[in-house]
Amino acid sequence: MIRDTTLAAKLWAVAIWAIVIFFVLNLFAMIGTVVTSSFATRWLGTWLPAGWTTRWYDSAWSEFQLGDVLLVTFQIVGAVVLISGILGVTAAYALARRDFMGKRLLVLLFLLPLLIPPITFGIPLATVLYQTGLAGTFWGVVAANLVPTVPFVILVMIPFIEQIDPKIEAAARVFGANTFKLFIHVLLPLLLPGILAALLLVLVRTIAMFELTFLVAGPTSQTLVVALYYAVFAAGVRAVQSIDAMAVIYMVTTLVWLIIALRFVNPTQIVTRAKQQPAH
Amino acid sequence: MDALAPAPAATLHGPSLRQRFAARGFDAVTLLVVPAAIFSLLLFVYPFAFGFILSFTPKAGGDWLANYRRFFSDAFLYDTIAKTLWLAVPVTLLNLLLAVPIAFRVRLMRHQRLLTTILVLPITLGTVLVAEGLLNYLGPQGWFNRTLMTIGLISEPLKLVHNYWGVFASLVITGFPFTFLLTLSYVTGIDPALEQAGATLGASSWQRFRYIYLPLLMPGFAITFCLSFVQAFSVFPSAVLLGAPAGPTRVISIAAYQAAFEEYDYSMASAVAMIMGFVQLGIVVAVLASRGLFYRGPASGAKG
Repeated sequence: MIRDTTLAAKLWAVAIWAIVIFFVLNLFAMIGTVVTSSFATRWLGTWLPAGWTTRWYDSAWSEFQLGDVLLVTFQIVGAVVLISGILGVTAAYALARRDFMGKRLLVLLFLLPLLIPPITFGIPLATVLYQTGLAGTFWGVVAANLVPTVPFVILVMIPFIEQIDPKIEAAARVFGANTFKLFIHVLLPLLLPGILAALLLVLVRTIAMFELTFLVAGPTSQTLVVALYYAVFAAGVRAVQSIDAMAVIYMVTTLVWLIIALRFVNPTQIVTRAKQQPAH
Repeated sequence: MDALAPAPAATLHGPSLRQRFAARGFDAVTLLVVPAAIFSLLLFVYPFAFGFILSFTPKAGGDWLANYRRFFSDAFLYDTIAKTLWLAVPVTLLNLLLAVPIAFRVRLMRHQRLLTTILVLPITLGTVLVAEGLLNYLGPQGWFNRTLMTIGLISEPLKLVHNYWGVFASLVITGFPFTFLLTLSYVTGIDPALEQAGATLGASSWQRFRYIYLPLLMPGFAITFCLSFVQAFSVFPSAVLLGAPAGPTRVISIAAYQAAFEEYDYSMASAVAMIMGFVQLGIVVAVLASRGLFYRGPASGAKG
């Protein structure tokens, strides 16, 4: 490591840390505002609210029917995680183990939904789903959410599968294992950490996925983040604190899973793909 | 072709169809890719193609280009491109300009994980929550204005929400961590030995950055710029909640949404979505094409 000890270098370092601290402070203050407001009795024109209460959580829970919304959210997220896991891991296995004609084209096909922002492909997708009558239903929302998550699982899993020595599979074949047995007894245990990491990331991303759910959800298939959007959009109808209480409930649901996910993955993996592990 | 291929059952007629396919890499294992591929074709390629064709069959009748002609003749519609670019380009450049020096500093840190965890928070929470939080925080009575007034920097609260700056702030809060984490993964991918060699030969820190890191990182920066730009260009919830969705922050995704769900004109909405896609594609292709002007080659392995 190279250490510059000149005055200019030190000033430069201080300036950079000042920017980082400024950013992080603002981020925490923004989250803090929401949390403080959700516990406030009355908060107008002062640094801190006049008093503290938890009654907004009660009122938010009943006003926004959060019990139902949370149940729907977890059903949708659960279905998305399960289906994208099954489709993604099998496809990733084929892509990692075989070289065939059109493989590059296929990888590009799986890469595109991750590069194109959801709102761009969401509008034509919503049009198709409305015409088939799927939009507004539970499975319509699941289908829309699967579009970016299946490719995500594939691209996270490919390097994971590539690092497993094919000789292990060959050995299992020699001893007479069929594809199913090979998968259950050899591959699954080896791949479990990777699958777990990929699916936890899918889970966190799906809870927070606003655009696709928003475009295709009906009144009974809203997830928490869409319900939050509508609440903020119609601000003025409800007390600000009630919306903030809902926002805190949303934050807690997301962050619990994020904390679990961070036990298995590196934070940078939420943005970029899993870095390929060295083979030895 | 490998150990897993079925044992040859040589017949007089040469290899069977199955073996010929296996030799080209098509066997039972390859077929595992089929469900995901069909899924992708059905829910990604088909809707895109459908939307593309639908955009040429206007709902109100008229010839096949009527939707596009309407878009480019109505100032309320074509202005959305300029408004979106006016938000997305400065935000992306600012995020990248902030991310690069910070990534270079954080690279030397021993405990990066705390910072990266903090920065992943706004990405995980999503734009809706950030919009909701900033509405309070940047509002006239919020802590931000209050702090500035206490310090004495301003005498009246700045107007930071329901205008351009509200959306700008939300794009920085969610976009900067994204840009930073991408940049960091590129910066840490470069072998420090290259920089040490430069330092040994007497290059100053600026020279090391300019002549060693920058050429190696340029392709990575181009990709980071593209991904961050595309994210910012498709801004939707915060432009509605934090901005002025009828005025200066009427971005192109709002126009597409209104066409689809307020006018129920899916044909027009598809046309707007296609235009949005083409503008994104145009910028991405332009940036990636200029990548060819820079060095491309190994950056990690110095061992020979």
